[in-house]
Amino acid sequence: MSETLAPPIPEFRPGTSDAEIEAAAARAERKRRLTVRFWQVLLLVVLLGGWELLARAKIIDVFFFSSPSAIAARLYQWITQGADGTPLWFHVWVTIEEALLGFFSGFILGILAGVALGRNRMASDVLTIYIKVFNSVPRVVLAPIFILLFGLGLTSKVALSFVMVFFIVFSNAFQGVREADRALIANARILGASKWQLTRSVIVPSAMSWIFASLHVSFGFAIVGAIVGEFVGARHGIGVLIQIAGGAFDTAGMYAAIVIIMVVALAAEYAVTIFENRLAKWRPAPLAETH
Amino acid sequence: MADRNAAAPQTSTPSGAQAPAIELIRVNRRFVTPDGKSMTALRDFTMTVDDGEFVAVVGPTGCGKSTTLNLITGLDKPSGGEVRLYGKPVDGIDSRIGFVFQTDALFPWRNVVDNVVAGPLFREKPRTEAYALARRWLARVNLAGHETKYPHQLSGGMRKRVALAQTFINEPRILLMDEPFSALDVQTRVLMHEALLALWTESGASVVFVTHDLEEAITLADKVYVLTAGPATVKSVYRIELPRPRVAAEIRYQQDFIAISHTIWNDLRDEVMKGAARSEAAV
Repeated sequence: MSETLAPPIPEFRPGTSDAEIEAAAARAERKRRLTVRFWQVLLLVVLLGGWELLARAKIIDVFFFSSPSAIAARLYQWITQGADGTPLWFHVWVTIEEALLGFFSGFILGILAGVALGRNRMASDVLTIYIKVFNSVPRVVLAPIFILLFGLGLTSKVALSFVMVFFIVFSNAFQGVREADRALIANARILGASKWQLTRSVIVPSAMSWIFASLHVSFGFAIVGAIVGEFVGARHGIGVLIQIAGGAFDTAGMYAAIVIIMVVALAAEYAVTIFENRLAKWRPAPLAETH
Repeated sequence: MADRNAAAPQTSTPSGAQAPAIELIRVNRRFVTPDGKSMTALRDFTMTVDDGEFVAVVGPTGCGKSTTLNLITGLDKPSGGEVRLYGKPVDGIDSRIGFVFQTDALFPWRNVVDNVVAGPLFREKPRTEAYALARRWLARVNLAGHETKYPHQLSGGMRKRVALAQTFINEPRILLMDEPFSALDVQTRVLMHEALLALWTESGASVVFVTHDLEEAITLADKVYVLTAGPATVKSVYRIELPRPRVAAEIRYQQDFIAISHTIWNDLRDEVMKGAARSEAAV
């Protein structure tokens, strides 16, 4: 038996149609973004401006703190005249080259070692304690040893980068292999996978999500390794710039080098994020519902 | 009944010349838990599945139903007794077996068609042939057009259908299913029953379907084994004489279904109570 319905309520109150509330939401969002931008810019101006003013008024000592204008001037000088007799781009390139070489070699070998050890129970049980011992040494102390072994050139820095990246990627790959979903492995075996097919098609992709989790961190460490190596002994590189500036009490130079490092590190972050996003499209987006 | 006999290659009478597809003969399965204690999952367990037969296994939760499947696949070995496939003892993973898991065992980093094609590719089929086969099977489970989606973009029912396609594409003679639909909502489950019966009727495989849902078991199976609470053994076996083809969406309200369900439930109920009491009591 159907009931009689109440008189129909008007569908939309005036001014609240779909198009209107969408437009209102878009406007509110734009306004919010502009407000955030405004405060970001304001903060930057206040901090830099304040720093500059305090420096000029001699309230803070320029010797220790430098000033934005001095840093900018030093950067300009480096860009136009080079630093320590070599163009600036060459120094930056050397550091990036060392970081890239160290990163890729550490990444690939870390994955190979992690997967090999993860698959082999006996080997991993035996070697884990030794790995723990080596892991406990802060790797930066290896820098002077590598300089002794490999000289002042590229190799020693690449070696340091490599060591820093390797241990991170290795332990993540190892963990990823151990934690591969047993149901997936069983399913693949029943579908007909041989041991090699299992490793290639199930274990390694499974471990990849663990490995990608370490991507940002390990690339950051690759850069750290390169720069620290340059601190200890090198002819070219951003670390060398810092060291020379330090030796000459050139605080503007030191901060200028830091600015350069910031730019390089941010660019690297950005590149890694793009790479990660392309490979992670099979993963559910956070907070996404499928129904 | 005629279609199933036609699909099965040889005689399917229990006393016929051909060996039963699956036999568990007085099987014991005992293992050591991570705590170091010895635990008996199955004791004196005997079960027979004839060629082309659909057998359901029901029992209280945690009684060891899934262990029987692991013994048939060869992933586990019995501590006593024998497990035979077509008369020969189980030795490693037989390529005639297909397995559908309770949880999603789809590879999350592969899209739908790459998941379905996994079996043929592992078994070294040429790629073009394998992909063509995969697309046909996806069409058969009504998922044509979803080939490039990833598992996380599909609903639970769709993922299950991909899993069915992934398993059936290898044309298994023996199909093992471990509570495959228990993670789905009740409405989707009915649709899955229809899909499974359609696929099974065409394939003629012998099936062992483990479930805790008695009505699901009766809807699908020719024979239902009721297990005791752990350590499990076979309490009773019932032949389900309901005619085929069965309509999953309607069958549970038919009188003969209700009668069978009542009978078997009376049997199962005791074991469920026993199992619950045992697990709630302190060790």
